[in-house]
Amino acid sequence: MYSAKVLEHLESPRNVGALPDASACGEATNPVCGDLLKLYVKVENDVITATGFQIEGCPPSIAAGSALTEMLAGMTTAEAAALTPNDVTHALESLPRNKEHCSLLAIDALRSALAQLRRDVV
Amino acid sequence: MTVRRIYLDNSATTRVDDEVIGAMLPYFSEAYGNASSTHQWGQSAKQAIEEARNQVALLLNASATEITFVSGGTEADNLAVKGIAEAHAGKGRHIITSQIEHPAVLASCAYLEKKGWNITYLPVYREGVVRIDDVRRAITDETVLISIMHANNEIGTIQPLREIGQIVRQRREAGQRHLHLHSDAVQTVGKIPVDVKDLGVDLLAFTAHKLHGPKGIGVLYVRRGVRLASQLHGGHHERDRRAGTESVPLIVAIGKASDLARTSLQERSQRLQELRDHLERELLQRIPFVTVNGDAERRLPNISNLNFDYVEGEGLQISLDLKGIAVSTGSACSSGSLEPSHVLVAIGLSQETGHGTLRFSLGKDNTRDEIDYVLEILPGMVEKLRKLSPRVKK
Repeated sequence: MYSAKVLEHLESPRNVGALPDASACGEATNPVCGDLLKLYVKVENDVITATGFQIEGCPPSIAAGSALTEMLAGMTTAEAAALTPNDVTHALESLPRNKEHCSLLAIDALRSALAQLRRDVV
Repeated sequence: MTVRRIYLDNSATTRVDDEVIGAMLPYFSEAYGNASSTHQWGQSAKQAIEEARNQVALLLNASATEITFVSGGTEADNLAVKGIAEAHAGKGRHIITSQIEHPAVLASCAYLEKKGWNITYLPVYREGVVRIDDVRRAITDETVLISIMHANNEIGTIQPLREIGQIVRQRREAGQRHLHLHSDAVQTVGKIPVDVKDLGVDLLAFTAHKLHGPKGIGVLYVRRGVRLASQLHGGHHERDRRAGTESVPLIVAIGKASDLARTSLQERSQRLQELRDHLERELLQRIPFVTVNGDAERRLPNISNLNFDYVEGEGLQISLDLKGIAVSTGSACSSGSLEPSHVLVAIGLSQETGHGTLRFSLGKDNTRDEIDYVLEILPGMVEKLRKLSPRVKK
């Protein structure tokens, strides 16, 4: 049912936990299924240098959050802002059709974090 | 390292008993006649069917003529609900059921609702049990059918069927002769005693594959004298209740499975409960923030439905599956609709509070050693997933 990549992230999720010195923390919930994802990013000179995430959700949501934290490392905030749910799904090889919203949950948390950064700059 | 394979999803389906397979096999390639044929081939098929009918009747304390073979639980429920509704529409168009019925009953009721029937869906409260007073209050002169499951498939709660049967009997004696009681007993037959006379039901459904028989065969008990509109039209099979050439091997199988269930019922039931109680007691002790869903007393001996706070059920279910352990979850994430199961909603759980439910359903082949293995690895899995959760209070 799930790709080997999703199962691998479920077994060994990366970058778990809150970042104490995060520049921003984005949050997203899926009001229908109840999943909650928090994404922490540390930004130095416009580059994401550290990430962390917390999730209460199903295996693909865990995998999406975990994969996103890996993808973000070393990206500029502009590069991060260009990421789409599809990019996350690709990083997981594939998701069942009714689970594609899990990638969106991760991207929503990212956008929430980036918006927080912009507000802080202004 | 060999991965263990531990099947704790017996409420979904069960392994077919070797004795059942042995009994049914000759009817594929040796005694393969059509039971409607008058030659020897046909007559031995017919004889096998009638023997199976007797075996099923014995299990339910019914008469053989009250047993109709159908394709499974879903067909039995459809035939009962629509068959009674259609046959007695002239007397009234009201049906009472519960919010936690199997989809076979709920969807049949929804189908009738669209055609102008009134359906009352009784609540089951936190404990997951229908209240007798609610049943009594819901009955009107227009009511032709009450359809209440014997035990729920997710949380295992046993419904007060006998008491409802008494109410129905009283109403009938007082003149409401068109009032009927149907029960989906798919989860109880073979697990606890099911005596149609003692329960006072007019119709009762069960299926072979929940009691170590094959998929594709079920039974609808129809009390003698009950008028039912057939839903499959064709030849004169099954006393004109259900057309279609009888599947002799499957019918022989449900007969054999019924026989085995009847002779080992008490022993099986007691053993299942001991194993289930061991599993549940230890999980509650070893893992914090775990609660039992539904009434813990009025419950099937083999089901434990637990809620693990701060984790999502599918994550646990898949983690267990990766270790070779099969359970099921009613969590929102695992359903196509992304909503928690209708049963969890009916007992008051929300997306958040019902997020982490697992159903363990034990079967006769499970061992103490298997349960101990689950007890050994599950606490660590819960802890690992909880470490991810932003909701955990540190």
